[in-house]
Amino acid sequence: MLMDDTDRRILRQALAEPLAARILWAERAGVTLATLGRRLERLREGGVIKAVRAEIDWAGLGYSVEVSLRFTLDKTDPRAFDEFIEAARGVPEVVAIETFLGRVDVRLNVIARDMAHYQEVYRARILALPHIAEVDALMLISTIKDSEGLPL
Amino acid sequence: MIDLDDIDRGMLRELSRQGDLSAGELGRRFGLSQPAAWRRVRRMEEAGILRGQRMEVDRAALGFGVTVFLGVKLATRGRVSLEDFERAVQAIPEVQVVQHVLGLFDYRLRVVARDIADFERVLRRRIMTLPGLGQVEANVLLTEERRMGPLG
Repeated sequence: MLMDDTDRRILRQALAEPLAARILWAERAGVTLATLGRRLERLREGGVIKAVRAEIDWAGLGYSVEVSLRFTLDKTDPRAFDEFIEAARGVPEVVAIETFLGRVDVRLNVIARDMAHYQEVYRARILALPHIAEVDALMLISTIKDSEGLPL
Repeated sequence: MIDLDDIDRGMLRELSRQGDLSAGELGRRFGLSQPAAWRRVRRMEEAGILRGQRMEVDRAALGFGVTVFLGVKLATRGRVSLEDFERAVQAIPEVQVVQHVLGLFDYRLRVVARDIADFERVLRRRIMTLPGLGQVEANVLLTEERRMGPLG
């Protein structure tokens, strides 16, 4: 879809401060609240805004451990990616699946209630996934910045 | 941590698909009145489980066709250099996510760019000049998928 500077100004505000009130986005983008509403609706219909989702804090639900598991797959089997991802979808502690071009093929974000639970998930569910050639883990200590902001 | 029943969990699932559902609509889906649904949402917000809304956009449609995850290792450790690095990296507009991690790397960054040439510019001018920077590994994001995790 075609976008103009007004659309870009609105998106810049909305992405930079998703929790701010709509009136604040409108003020900063220099439009009225009615215009803002119309523009956001149009951006949504045009597919530029794919979804508005509630953000769930897993730690608030008792999942205090979060680990980024990075896999290299055995790509001699052409079904490796599909079968690995399909199996990963069946693990309830997996909250995100990403595929890459680079040394890492797939990354899984895994949550657990504590280290004992994490160890159980890792040994029983993760290491049982098919076609793993290599795996390494990055344990999350803290999130310093987390934004959907774009330098529009 | 608060106790959640099946309706609360169902509401979290609905809201993580569509975060701007009204309390009235949410109530209808679970056979509750609007005020009853609102009270449940409010309770989960107060407990820190619901952190607010997040807009998901089609980054490619907005001209940002490349997303790269960087694993960063610092060359020198110590309190001061961590703080200097964190302050500088957060200020880069193309860096959306900064996570302090434990493992092969010290930090995980999500970087957006218009194309590979633009990414190279960000990498050379902004990332490589960060204070205390050591080794960097880049993986280009191909696909991403969020899962409902333990709520699924």
